[in-house]
Amino acid sequence: MKLIVNGQEQQVEVEDDMPLLWILRDELNITGVKYGCGISACGACTVHVNGEAMRSCQVTADSLEEGDQITTIEGLGTPPALHAVQAAWVEHQVAQCGYCQSGQIMQAAALLSETPNPSDEDIDDAMSGNLCRCGTYPRIRAAVKTAAKNMQEA
Amino acid sequence: MSDKKPQSRLRKYSRRAFLIGATAVAGGVAFGTYVVKRPHDNPLAADLQDGEATFNPYVKITGDRITLIASHTDKGQGVHHSQAALIAEELDVELDQVEISFGKPAPAYWNTGLANDAVPFSAFDESFKARAARGAVSSLGKVMGLMVTGGSSTMPDQFEKLRSAGAVARETLKAAAAQQTGVPVTQLKTARGMVILPDGTELPYTDLAATAASMEPVTDVALRDPSQWRMIGKPMQRVDVVAKSTGTLTYGIDLKVDGMVHAAAKVNPRQGGAMLSYDASAALEMPGVQKVLVLQGDMLDPELDGSLTRRRTKVGVAVIANNTWRAFQALEAIDIEWGSAPYPAEMDAHWQTLSDSFTEDKLDSAWRTDGDVEAALDGAEVLEAEYRAPYVAHAPLEPISAIVRADKDSAEVWVGHQMQRFAQMKVAAILGLDDPEKVTLHNQFIGGSFGHRLEFENVTIATEIARQMPGVPVKLTFSREEDFAHDFPRQIAMARGRGAAKDGKVDALDMQIAMPSVVASQMSRVGQPVAGPDNQIVAGAWNMPFDIPNLRVRGYRAPELAPISSWRSVGASSQGFFAEGFFDELCHAAGVDPLEERLRLVNNPLHRKALEAVGEMSNWGSALGPNRGRGIAMVESFGVPTAEVIEVTATEDGIKIDKAFVVAEVGRIVDPVNFENLMQGGVIWGLGHAMNCEITYSDGMAEQSNFDSHEGMRLYQCPDIMVRGLENGDNIRGIGEPPVPPAAPALANAIFAATGTRLREMPFANFVDFV
Repeated sequence: MKLIVNGQEQQVEVEDDMPLLWILRDELNITGVKYGCGISACGACTVHVNGEAMRSCQVTADSLEEGDQITTIEGLGTPPALHAVQAAWVEHQVAQCGYCQSGQIMQAAALLSETPNPSDEDIDDAMSGNLCRCGTYPRIRAAVKTAAKNMQEA
Repeated sequence: MSDKKPQSRLRKYSRRAFLIGATAVAGGVAFGTYVVKRPHDNPLAADLQDGEATFNPYVKITGDRITLIASHTDKGQGVHHSQAALIAEELDVELDQVEISFGKPAPAYWNTGLANDAVPFSAFDESFKARAARGAVSSLGKVMGLMVTGGSSTMPDQFEKLRSAGAVARETLKAAAAQQTGVPVTQLKTARGMVILPDGTELPYTDLAATAASMEPVTDVALRDPSQWRMIGKPMQRVDVVAKSTGTLTYGIDLKVDGMVHAAAKVNPRQGGAMLSYDASAALEMPGVQKVLVLQGDMLDPELDGSLTRRRTKVGVAVIANNTWRAFQALEAIDIEWGSAPYPAEMDAHWQTLSDSFTEDKLDSAWRTDGDVEAALDGAEVLEAEYRAPYVAHAPLEPISAIVRADKDSAEVWVGHQMQRFAQMKVAAILGLDDPEKVTLHNQFIGGSFGHRLEFENVTIATEIARQMPGVPVKLTFSREEDFAHDFPRQIAMARGRGAAKDGKVDALDMQIAMPSVVASQMSRVGQPVAGPDNQIVAGAWNMPFDIPNLRVRGYRAPELAPISSWRSVGASSQGFFAEGFFDELCHAAGVDPLEERLRLVNNPLHRKALEAVGEMSNWGSALGPNRGRGIAMVESFGVPTAEVIEVTATEDGIKIDKAFVVAEVGRIVDPVNFENLMQGGVIWGLGHAMNCEITYSDGMAEQSNFDSHEGMRLYQCPDIMVRGLENGDNIRGIGEPPVPPAAPALANAIFAATGTRLREMPFANFVDFV
């Protein structure tokens, strides 16, 4: 099957029920996407499929269509060319262990593309599926707001 | 009000032998002063090439780079950055000029900062006996080369050591420059990784390495006055924050090694039980599966006297495959019959064991006996209460993993670990290597630990697989379910409080706490004997900083139950809840304001300032409106007096936590941004687990296996958290753990204030709803 991952065409041959998470991590060696729970309870594996935030541990190979556009944290922005959400994450120094932050950032980026000026409630609703065991929630809230502001001004 | 220091009262504590978290201090005296004073070899010297310089175990300079060693493990608390910053402060380098390495495990990196919480003296007791006890613990750590990240000890251990390392290297480089140029050292300056001559000529340190290598390091270097610091105390950008915001940081679970196979394992979820039989025929037919291996491990046999004997036997199976998910899938297809657990199968029996442990023969410590509790309670109106704290999982978001390759007479291991030298010993023992030094261990960034990476299951099981596949790098990844099943949770604990008020004041508090020894459980897995009382049974309670006229705290050691381990803030996470929850009850019984009463009784000026600060921040005493309440708690752990106020609203749908205020006295704040982040995270950790989490056992197995049933706090439940750090104390302290213990009692006390419902058992969600 042919997938477009971070703008690059990838050919993968896997079982129908293999989750996208493991296609990315173990077949394509794209490890910014993280395994945390495997049951969509933590959000660490959040990626964009055709622009929509999805838990990649629940997206099986057979549910993907030829040519689907998949974006992982690596495709959102890079250290020399940060996406606005990543820049806000750096500015607020959100990360502690950082393991959940790929998923948090992908979730936040999807929220802001749909709701450019989210209310506190919008942020709580969109981000509460992404677990952070270190407890960086106050900084996540602040960084989402900064990113929203910067993206609107841009 | 009393401002007297606690020493006078501390003299009354009876002192018996005590645990130091690893072994009995009694063993320390045998080593004598020679062994204690002898420095450990510098591990950087072993790999040095011609023209490369090392001045101590923390700085290495070669012709092309400056390497700083950050030997404490970074599990998210930011010490990779802060350790490098301490060296850089004195070395006069910028962090973008250097390579920061985890270093290799070596005795030279022994932890000098663990003694505070391991002796039966207040962390603020500077008496001769207290200092001598800490010194004895420290010496033993040196003799053992005890390299450990834990106990909020990184800053206490490294704050002076690393600045000295930077200063010694800097002065030696200046001496090298003086030798090369003939310019006197006194005329040389340093900045940005260079020695600068009076005429402005800049000599990069890397160009001076060869000369410096031929010289003895300069000794007797004075550390800079804090007024000269460029970095310490100011906001810094963590060196790992860009990588952690772009998915480009490689954690242990992300690593690949040439020729590596993927493995997943299932070991008896009844921890310490054996595997009776298995059928892997279906699994072997599945895609990508290469083989199924039987795992040998330690089974625990209960003896008649209640002790446990370790016996090597079959404990589980592993699947080797070409992809992690395929290995997980194949494991699910293996039919396994498990043996029984070496502890009670059902929770009722665990609680009953604790309940039965408040007996004289199980008395473990009685370190606090102020006044005469029995006389004070005699004839008084006695308030009695029982408190409980459940098992709780560590469940860091990165499931544990390890890569191990077993070669003919050596091994290589890639794993993020907090006790690297013990991990080497474990690997060597399984592979039959005669020297742990034959195990090369590459430490890694860790996606959260909270104590889990002090344990070894990832390392030992990966090694057991690698043993059966010589020369092949084996990457073992735990599924989340296996991570839960083989966690060693926070202790289960129970307390019984009795107390009384007199003339509108808290007059007597008698607290008994029972739990199995967490230190003994943990140390049994590294083969270290322990003797004397376990300070964790009373941590956060025996050292209450209040001069209640009649105060007694006794610890009781319950028989070993499910295996347990250090969980962020260890004993104080349950005992702080017991002590500060019950103290709050007594304040209400006395009819006094809980903050006013604490201020009346507090016996140390540092603790007083923390209480005053949290009162001022939270506007304590101001009207909150209907259905709202405030709670306060103060617990000292790891030498850090920490006070918290929680504000809640009782809504129609349940309790909403509105705000949290937290103040900690840490002596010195290295980086205010990271400090605030860790403080907030500690409060969230404490609140989230107090509200929502427990591990319960049924049929000998943990009933919670993933984040749907044990999730901590989620973002929508997170209050605004206001943080203040105080720097009045003489000693720098760590901040990873101290914000945790006061969170649970402050929340319970706030809920009582708002609703009249007194919560004496965690998790609170079993009794009230949260929104």
